[in-house]
Amino acid sequence: MNRFLLPLGAFLLLAVVLAIGIKHSPEKGVIASPLVGRPAPQFSLPALSDPARQVRSADLKGHWYLFNVWGTWCAECRAEHPVLLKVQRAGIVPLIGLDWKDDNAQAREWLAQLGNPYETVAVDASGRAAIEWGVYGAPETFLVNPQGIVVYKHVGALTDDTWAREILPRVSAVAAGS
Amino acid sequence: MRARLRPLALLVLAALLRSGGALAVDPTELPDPRLQARYVALTHELRCMQCQNESLADSPVELAADLRREVRELLLAGKSDDEVRAWMAARYGDFILFRPRYAWRNAWLWGAPGVLLLIGAVVSWRIVRQRTTLLGSDDQPVEEDPPG
Repeated sequence: MNRFLLPLGAFLLLAVVLAIGIKHSPEKGVIASPLVGRPAPQFSLPALSDPARQVRSADLKGHWYLFNVWGTWCAECRAEHPVLLKVQRAGIVPLIGLDWKDDNAQAREWLAQLGNPYETVAVDASGRAAIEWGVYGAPETFLVNPQGIVVYKHVGALTDDTWAREILPRVSAVAAGS
Repeated sequence: MRARLRPLALLVLAALLRSGGALAVDPTELPDPRLQARYVALTHELRCMQCQNESLADSPVELAADLRREVRELLLAGKSDDEVRAWMAARYGDFILFRPRYAWRNAWLWGAPGVLLLIGAVVSWRIVRQRTTLLGSDDQPVEEDPPG
């Protein structure tokens, strides 16, 4: 009996380790952002609608917002666009866009054609703001609370499912609690 | 036949040489050679987040170029190598570091080879001991194959 104990123990240990690995496999490939739980990066960038006007992170404090990084060169962003329009129609959290390394004229045309879900769009021509937010591929979406803390990050196209399961509960739980 | 193959060989050689040139994606030359050496070392140990198994130095994507620009500017601003690594990790997480940091949360990573070696040592010691005791209690002569 004793001689089976060690292999059995090793087997159980391996089974537990692999089970944990399988359970967490959907999160694989998504890199945890060190930004979650920390203050959103400060920025002051020209607005897409009027480059003479600045979009400032300081002006966004005091209410929830979704910070959505996109670009007209990004195919996934086109797939995501209908969901963004739905989010805007729901009227619960305003969308702030970050147009990442894009052509302003093309970006304006994109919004004119597909509809504009954003309250404001900031232009990040140099890509520096995106780096401050730890963005590595568009689209990426951050949920920021009224205190200016990033509470959630979604990498890839926003779906109805992520909106309903990840974003809405976070916003409404706090709204109901206060 | 050999003469006809030669142009093909030249073509292959030319293609190889060209791709060799294309591999050098980063034309950066910093004024100070010591700074340049640190820059090269750092961009080789930072991950390109977009094409995750390439370093910043090897990646042709735009984000890698942007991140190399940040490394350049941080070095020119007089930051140390560790400060550059910390700057990157603060934005992209430890994942951007090809060489994991020594930290408690990485303890299993650095400790696992030692633990595995220890387990291996215990197991082999037990096997050896078991076999030795088996040999000691065995008073029968070892059976040999009949000569044939």
